[in-house]
Amino acid sequence: MRRGISIRWLPLLTVLAMLGPVVAGLLGTIAPAFGYLPAANMTEWTVAPFVDLFRWGGFPHAVMLSVTTGFLATSLSLLITVLIIAGWHGTRAFNVIRCLLSPLLSVPHAAAAFGIAFLITPSGWVARAFSPWLTGWERPPDVLIVQDHWGLAMVVGLVAKEVPFLLLMSLAALGQVNAKSSATIAAALGYGRVTGWLKTVFPRVYAQIRLPVYVVLAYSMSTVDVAIVLGPNTPPTLSVQIVKWMSDPDLAMRLEAAAAALVQLLLVIGSLILWRGGEIVVGILGAKWVMRGTRSFGDNALRIVGLGAGVLVCTGVLLGLVSLGVWSVAGLWSYPDVLPDSLSVRSWSRHWGNIFDTGITTLLIALCATFIAVLLTLGCLEAECRFDFTMSERGVFLLYLPLMVPQTAFLPGLQTLMLSAGLKSGFVPVVLAHLVFVLPYVFLSLSDPFRAWDVRFGTIAAALGRSANGVLWRVRLPMLLAPVLTAVAVGFAASVGQYLPTLLVGGGRLPTLTTEAVALAAGGDRRAIGVYGLAQTVAAILPFAAALLLPQIIWRNRRGLSDA
Amino acid sequence: MSHELHLDNIRISKDGHELIAIDQMVAAGEVLSVMGPSGAGKSTLLNYIIGTLPSDFTATGAVLLNGADLCALPSNQRQVGILFQDDLLFPHMSVGQNLAFGLSADVRRADRPARIDQALTEIGLEGFADRDPETLSGGQKARVALMRMLLSEPRVLLLDEAFSRLDTERRDQIRTLVFDTARARQLPVIMVTHDQADADAAGGPVFYLTD
Repeated sequence: MRRGISIRWLPLLTVLAMLGPVVAGLLGTIAPAFGYLPAANMTEWTVAPFVDLFRWGGFPHAVMLSVTTGFLATSLSLLITVLIIAGWHGTRAFNVIRCLLSPLLSVPHAAAAFGIAFLITPSGWVARAFSPWLTGWERPPDVLIVQDHWGLAMVVGLVAKEVPFLLLMSLAALGQVNAKSSATIAAALGYGRVTGWLKTVFPRVYAQIRLPVYVVLAYSMSTVDVAIVLGPNTPPTLSVQIVKWMSDPDLAMRLEAAAAALVQLLLVIGSLILWRGGEIVVGILGAKWVMRGTRSFGDNALRIVGLGAGVLVCTGVLLGLVSLGVWSVAGLWSYPDVLPDSLSVRSWSRHWGNIFDTGITTLLIALCATFIAVLLTLGCLEAECRFDFTMSERGVFLLYLPLMVPQTAFLPGLQTLMLSAGLKSGFVPVVLAHLVFVLPYVFLSLSDPFRAWDVRFGTIAAALGRSANGVLWRVRLPMLLAPVLTAVAVGFAASVGQYLPTLLVGGGRLPTLTTEAVALAAGGDRRAIGVYGLAQTVAAILPFAAALLLPQIIWRNRRGLSDA
Repeated sequence: MSHELHLDNIRISKDGHELIAIDQMVAAGEVLSVMGPSGAGKSTLLNYIIGTLPSDFTATGAVLLNGADLCALPSNQRQVGILFQDDLLFPHMSVGQNLAFGLSADVRRADRPARIDQALTEIGLEGFADRDPETLSGGQKARVALMRMLLSEPRVLLLDEAFSRLDTERRDQIRTLVFDTARARQLPVIMVTHDQADADAAGGPVFYLTD
């Protein structure tokens, strides 16, 4: 019983680990935003930081970009996700996309963004493929495609990463809403595949993926790494500018950064409310559409659009990665040749030393954050069964909350707070900051399989005389090996991809593969970007391969577990 | 050693609505059949006896085994064996490991392999110790599950629709095996079933639950 009392507190500890830094960071943003920053000898409360912020010439455009890219990327991602599932769920094409989901998801945002940049720049693979025979270009045309003023390239990069996320979330939801029988009934009543799905299944699926959609909106509005790679430079997005001000040697600039962080937060909150309003409007229109009994709404065309978009998303990310790989081993590569004239390992050998060092740092941070996250998650889930806790709607909301608060809104405050408290930035704070983002993903990945485990196995084991701990360690966890390892891989990938927490909480002194890769964006050394982008991707994907293979090896003589 | 079980004025309710009221003696080697439509709370009674009643149920009454209340003990110290309609052999363990998991820890390490081999012989599965449970037939799995439970030396036997997944031929065979074993070991048995044939074969008292 002594042990029972100790795990009873794990859910609370988990919430603290997840939300503590977020709340502290937000509070730490408020004081400097109103001029109070003792660390820089500024103790006078004032609204001057906001006045300075509003006077900054790039402000209106930065605000507009945050809103437009956020709404555009989220609506497009949701639309593509819905079209793919509505038109193709249960088909062979869909299963191909489903198999690609996990690897696509684990590709770090920065690597995916670089890959897409390599494809679509005027000197990228797409232009090369059609030059000079079609376009007549002997030289890259002088048009700004990547880092365009309107942030459209950034939207493309975001959509490519968010569609797999929303697809995965929708797939989990589909299992709970009995989608197949609804589709059959709709078809029997004469509804087209897409129309029938939209009317019968979508409302229920959307109710389940609403929070993930909010996460996508908040992330798209405030991303830093994708914006540095694909977003406009002069002026940059609000979030990028916040990071610039934060890394300014002049501490006074932090006041303006804090003010901008609060504005970013308000923008996201306002946009979430607006989106919620949009949901209601769509719901009303949808209800009218159902009443009208329309059987088909260009279903075939929509199916083709959905498939086309799905293929574009998959090939965009995958070809982008291949392009990173080719650049990393390219010798001389003249325009408009599709492949380099020569191959060389020079880029790899030049960067190998630093790749190794930063790679070790990356892995250590990911290992620690993931280990803590998996332990806390298992503790929470086990406490749930032992003490009959149930996770309320509010609990699920708390889980998504750290993903919905823009990183640029609380991480600067966290750094300022650490500075004011005289805390050293370094390994432990970075691990704790990563934990904020790793925990929700690990929990979301592990909770369903953990709860779906047949508790009668536990009853049997208890009836055979095993204690609660015996049941957990000797029966439940071995049987759940595969999902536990998948959760580890998910946590690992989430940690490897983190840019801003590493940069800000690490004080720039803890370089990882991701911070190094993003730092290369300004330089434009494609070979170096190829090397780091690929190394980053490998670090994120290898655990997934291990999570797939290990259960097959360990349970190779156990058909009940290796077939699953 | 023979055991006598007394379900002493047990009442279980949920949301203020009473599901079960039972007061019944089960003698050693006797089978009490509990019958009723699905949803009438048959399995809930077993949950109470074994100690896994969900917290949204409220229950009063005692489960007296030879006069001592089982409810005072945690599940794993009650020595109440249970069989479900699924065999629920642990898929990550071999057949032998499943039996070893059940075999009382009091049996010395050196004697355990021999005890397991002997147990396998008893159920006609000699030499199956290293097999993956998933490669066994339905009837074989049911026998392993029964033996796994018996090896833990239970004092009471609960059957939760234990025969409903077996085909007719196997069902008679396994049912006879279970009832004979219970009689030989003088175990009181409570069987939850919706199949009158089960109750007829058991030959003991029948308790009907109603909605």
